[in-house]
Amino acid sequence: MPRTIALLMAGIVGCYGLNWFLSEFIEVVYVDYLNLIGLSIILAVGLNVVNGLTGQFSIGHAGFMAVGAFVGALASILFTYGEIAAGPLEHAGLAQFLLCLLFSGVAAGVLGVVVGAPALRLRGDYLAIATLGFGEITRILLTAQDSLGGPTGLKRIPKMPLLPGASGWDGGTSVFWIYLFVFVVIVLAVRLQRSTFGRALIAIRENELAAETMGVPSARMKVVAFVFGAFFAGIAGALYAHYQHSVRPDDFTAVRSIEVIVMLVLGGLGSVTGAVAGAVVVTLLPQLLRPIEEALGIDGLSMVVYALLLVTMMVFRPQGIFGQRELSLKLLRRLIPGRRKESP
Amino acid sequence: MAEVSLTTELLQYVANGIAKGSTYALMAVGYTLVYGVLQLINFAHAEVYMLGSYFAWFQAKWAGYLPDDKGARAETVPIGMVALFVAGAMAACALVGMLIERVAYRPLRGAGRLAPLITAIGVSLLLQYGGQVVFGTEPKLFPTFAETRVYDVGGVKFPNTNIYIVLTSVVLMLGLTLFVNKTRPGAAMRACSHDMRTARLMGVNVNATVSLTFAIGSALAAVAGVLVAMDQPAITPLMGVRIGLKAFVAAVVGGIGSIPGAALGGLLLGVSESVVSGLWKPVYSEAVAFVFLIVVLLVKPSGILGKSVREKV
Repeated sequence: MPRTIALLMAGIVGCYGLNWFLSEFIEVVYVDYLNLIGLSIILAVGLNVVNGLTGQFSIGHAGFMAVGAFVGALASILFTYGEIAAGPLEHAGLAQFLLCLLFSGVAAGVLGVVVGAPALRLRGDYLAIATLGFGEITRILLTAQDSLGGPTGLKRIPKMPLLPGASGWDGGTSVFWIYLFVFVVIVLAVRLQRSTFGRALIAIRENELAAETMGVPSARMKVVAFVFGAFFAGIAGALYAHYQHSVRPDDFTAVRSIEVIVMLVLGGLGSVTGAVAGAVVVTLLPQLLRPIEEALGIDGLSMVVYALLLVTMMVFRPQGIFGQRELSLKLLRRLIPGRRKESP
Repeated sequence: MAEVSLTTELLQYVANGIAKGSTYALMAVGYTLVYGVLQLINFAHAEVYMLGSYFAWFQAKWAGYLPDDKGARAETVPIGMVALFVAGAMAACALVGMLIERVAYRPLRGAGRLAPLITAIGVSLLLQYGGQVVFGTEPKLFPTFAETRVYDVGGVKFPNTNIYIVLTSVVLMLGLTLFVNKTRPGAAMRACSHDMRTARLMGVNVNATVSLTFAIGSALAAVAGVLVAMDQPAITPLMGVRIGLKAFVAAVVGGIGSIPGAALGGLLLGVSESVVSGLWKPVYSEAVAFVFLIVVLLVKPSGILGKSVREKV
């Protein structure tokens, strides 16, 4: 326990430092890229527990993100302004903000149980399709809610809370908050993977029948993995809402879910490092290609190149960048020649 | 319009839904055939449909039905020419489908199920945005049928376009069923979907059969593309996304791998969407497909007409 607290403190300090450094020295555009990458990482690492570790193919991640975004946004608006009304943006209070995030995560997590418990009985492609259907239904139902703004969604979502001593782009603390959760989700995912629980999940992935014979309660475990992914998708949604200050149901189409899958497969399904790498590549690539597109004046070129790279990558390296390997100190040590110490 | 009884109104929605459902069915067959043979969700199928309508658009342009360079002034086309355009689009799309399989899916056969799926998504994105680059992002007006007529049967209206859509679909579906069940290449397709390795051992040319499957599915998607484009006269490079997803759902609902299932799923979906959007709220009609999907998957995961496969240990 003390180790966990120390780790969390280190994370908070690290993210605070990152936030300070970026607000002092880096242009806002790049910070925006960085934040989008952070959100992708939270989504991808969360989904990796479901898709990569447990081998349950879910394409409904955007649905959980949508629920988290709308719950968090609504709660935050009500806490900060008391009503849905036009006006200038304000910062959310620290306690309220954390409470909103909690609401978002829990709402998405509860939905994860509701969807997961029946859907996870399905196997393979059928599960994928069912979760895809769930994601779309969520989006369409949100579009139909006039109290939540219908297709135009919620606007004037408060900014993330101020931090003592943080300045920069009008007191922007988005990097701190987003990367704090990036840190949390990565630490949790890595620990999960190395725990007995994680091994049980991997056993389900490798052979569900065999795992059950060995006493793994596969139905329950799958739901828990699913809820883990949903919880963090909800948090990512809430962070996204506070970051963009507005959310529309159409921000969370099936395309969004598929994008997260692409991140995982591209990076290497089942590897946390791969999920992070995939999130970085998939988020950054279209942005980096955009200047080329603008220089040539051809609309959609960046996406064409992106799609081409994706196909080429899959044809020549179907297991993804990292495969199931992790980037760890051990691996790094092995890559550096000489100085090899035998372990006792 | 004065008094329209609820029954008439309902019948009208059903009639419209059947036309809509036929196009879903045509698309669904493509998904179901490919899934049956390769167990692959061919996401690029929706884009083949989009290409079908663009191929027809170009033919209409070359034939002089779109005098304006931008296609802004859509003219009407006699039905004989439409048939010609459909044939042209079918041929072109069959080639595209075979090409996609050859380049993007064949190298990955045997590399698990996930990699081809992601590749399919990649091809789909490639065609969507490639379409935007080549054809432009603005919607293109599509010429309509020359003789639009509306038949009135007891208050229920049948536009002749809808009748053409349904007739074409029925003929094609029957033809396909006969082909798959009565001919040698059809038998090869069935053999491959049963067990590809054994089929190969029995002397079936698996690669040719898979190519054929893609060609047939893509040709049918082209027909759907032209028919839908005729009905709602503007086409865009992203037009396939929504109908593709729904047609795929229709295939799953009907029982993936089953041709009658695809037809049934398509019709069921088209009719219920039309009824829900007419009697309730159009927004909810978008969700109908997915509600169906989840209910069917939970009750009978193999679909209404699908065979359930037991897991082997």
